[in-house]
Amino acid sequence: MMERKVVDPEYMFKRAPREKKFLIGNEAVAEAVKRANVDIAIAYPITPQSEATHIVGDIYAEGYIKDYYRGEDEFNVMSAIAGARMGGARTFTATSGPGTLRAFEMFPLWAGARLPVVCAFMCRGVNSPLTIQPDNIEIGWLMDTGMLIFHAENPQEFFDMTLQAYIVAEQPDVHIPIGVCVDGFFVTHTREIVEVTPEDEMLPPYDPSTSPVPIMDMEVPPIRQMRDPFVMKSNYISYNTHASWQQEVRAAGERAKKHIARYVGKFIEVTNPDAEILLIASGTAAAQARVAMEQAREKGMDVGLAKIRVIRPFPEDEVRELAENPRIIIVPEHNIVGWLAREIKSRIDNSGKVRGHPRVFGGMTMPPEFIMEEIVNGRAR
Amino acid sequence: MKKNIATISPGFEDIMPEEYQDLVNDGPYGRGLGIKNLGTFKELIEEHPLCAGCGLALAIRLTAASLPAPEDTIIVGTTGCNSILMPQLAIHNIHSLFGNQSSLAAGLKRALKLRYPDKNKDVVVMAGDGGIADIGLSPTLHTWLRRENLTTIMLDNESYSNTGGQESGMSCEGAVLNMAPTGKKFPKIPMPEIAKDSGCAYVATVSVANARRLGRMVKRAILVAREIGPTYLQIFVPCPTNYKFSTSETLKRAKEREKIMEYISSEAEKLIKEANI
Repeated sequence: MMERKVVDPEYMFKRAPREKKFLIGNEAVAEAVKRANVDIAIAYPITPQSEATHIVGDIYAEGYIKDYYRGEDEFNVMSAIAGARMGGARTFTATSGPGTLRAFEMFPLWAGARLPVVCAFMCRGVNSPLTIQPDNIEIGWLMDTGMLIFHAENPQEFFDMTLQAYIVAEQPDVHIPIGVCVDGFFVTHTREIVEVTPEDEMLPPYDPSTSPVPIMDMEVPPIRQMRDPFVMKSNYISYNTHASWQQEVRAAGERAKKHIARYVGKFIEVTNPDAEILLIASGTAAAQARVAMEQAREKGMDVGLAKIRVIRPFPEDEVRELAENPRIIIVPEHNIVGWLAREIKSRIDNSGKVRGHPRVFGGMTMPPEFIMEEIVNGRAR
Repeated sequence: MKKNIATISPGFEDIMPEEYQDLVNDGPYGRGLGIKNLGTFKELIEEHPLCAGCGLALAIRLTAASLPAPEDTIIVGTTGCNSILMPQLAIHNIHSLFGNQSSLAAGLKRALKLRYPDKNKDVVVMAGDGGIADIGLSPTLHTWLRRENLTTIMLDNESYSNTGGQESGMSCEGAVLNMAPTGKKFPKIPMPEIAKDSGCAYVATVSVANARRLGRMVKRAILVAREIGPTYLQIFVPCPTNYKFSTSETLKRAKEREKIMEYISSEAEKLIKEANI
């Protein structure tokens, strides 16, 4: 294990020298974990995520992480992650599709218990029929758990956003979980140039004393939490306690916006915002949309692209503003439900201009021609 | 926790609730007390909303009074009658979800080991029979198989009492309960035997009617978990509400059906002897 030094997060994200490496997404996220000063990582096998947590295990064996084990299933891994966070440790774990669903009961608990968990979701399809292929339908389900959600387009963003997620999640006025999502295989198994920060530089450790809720270590005086548990009461106070706490979790997400702007950067990256036809996409759909946009512009069509990087907290104001000018908005997605199109439609006034196509799922790829077809159809309308 | 960490800020002495003042002035933190001292100090448990004649409530009271280091103990519970009482306990405690108490406790214990390498932080899982033997069986077993340093205490009232008296895996064969309208079709799950086979270094069963022995078993279970590996204590706590007997009969019934068993591994035996408990 090499000697390492703690560096300022903003320096690491913005000014640290970068070395070019040729990495798949699963390697890129492990490189991030290595620099994230993680105390405990807990793993459970599921494709296409497994390789990332194998490498995290190797990093543990080298001494860069203090504890690591394979748990019994995703629900119990996410539970152990909660326990470790309640004990004041910084954690890492990852899962995919069916594992996300197996663990699901824990995600609102992470948010409700104000645990700044960082979890990578390498999205894949869910059964039935059996599939292990890329499909990001799980993001649509995660959106309402209270968790913040970043959607990385490529291994580079996966590396950067994973590191940034720790710093955003652990802000005392945020202190809720962040899911860093990528489209399985397209990112996890695709090798690209990734610019990584120096190996001997790491994030500052998590400081449990900054937690807005007590760490469960008996180092602060215990209090009786309540004289009569709310769960046994049917009265205004018990309802209001739960209601206001849920609002507080959402408010913590809103408060995260300034930290995301500072550490992660833009919520939306826009090219040609004044175009007649605007493509709005996230993850690898944005990569395909970019190719389609370039092909369309070469053919003289007026097409722009807005890539949404942060799904929660959703950049509503920016999306409303973007939606004003274009005649048509096309939202290509890697899932059957069209959660991004649904989200955009629900936030803007003129939702009739939103076309939630093309959608590919079950492992299908999204050739730019699919998007081009929508552009051509849209222009003809 | 430092023994005197719970103090009252000057000027607030007269407005703090009496029970809190008692806890600060006469609580059990760092005093090495036990069941024999009950009545001479302010207990960790304040008044609670469980039913009259509740065996489980008494078991939690006795367990709390027997913790070898209440000032450095964290209790992880789960959904059930225990989760109604636990918030009244003046000790850090966590209501997990239903059935994940052991895995959550494992993560917590590992975090506390890292953060306090020179201190004992006892993590105790205390949950009902449904929570441990049914919905939480997998993480219960896996934390044992992984040899996590956890104490698991089952409050066995042989039913899902908080949800209205349903049959559990720990109910006796033939018991007629909700969801077993024609009687339970299989025997009580042999948790003590499973615990032994799964790597617990200390396994014991007792009833809530046997206070002194229960207290000693709690101390042994926690000490062994701290130094050696997982431990399991199963306490029989009859439930008058769902088994529909008089509230005055709880201890009588506990005594009648009490099974005392203690398995101590040779390593644990040595430790217990040295500690003289």
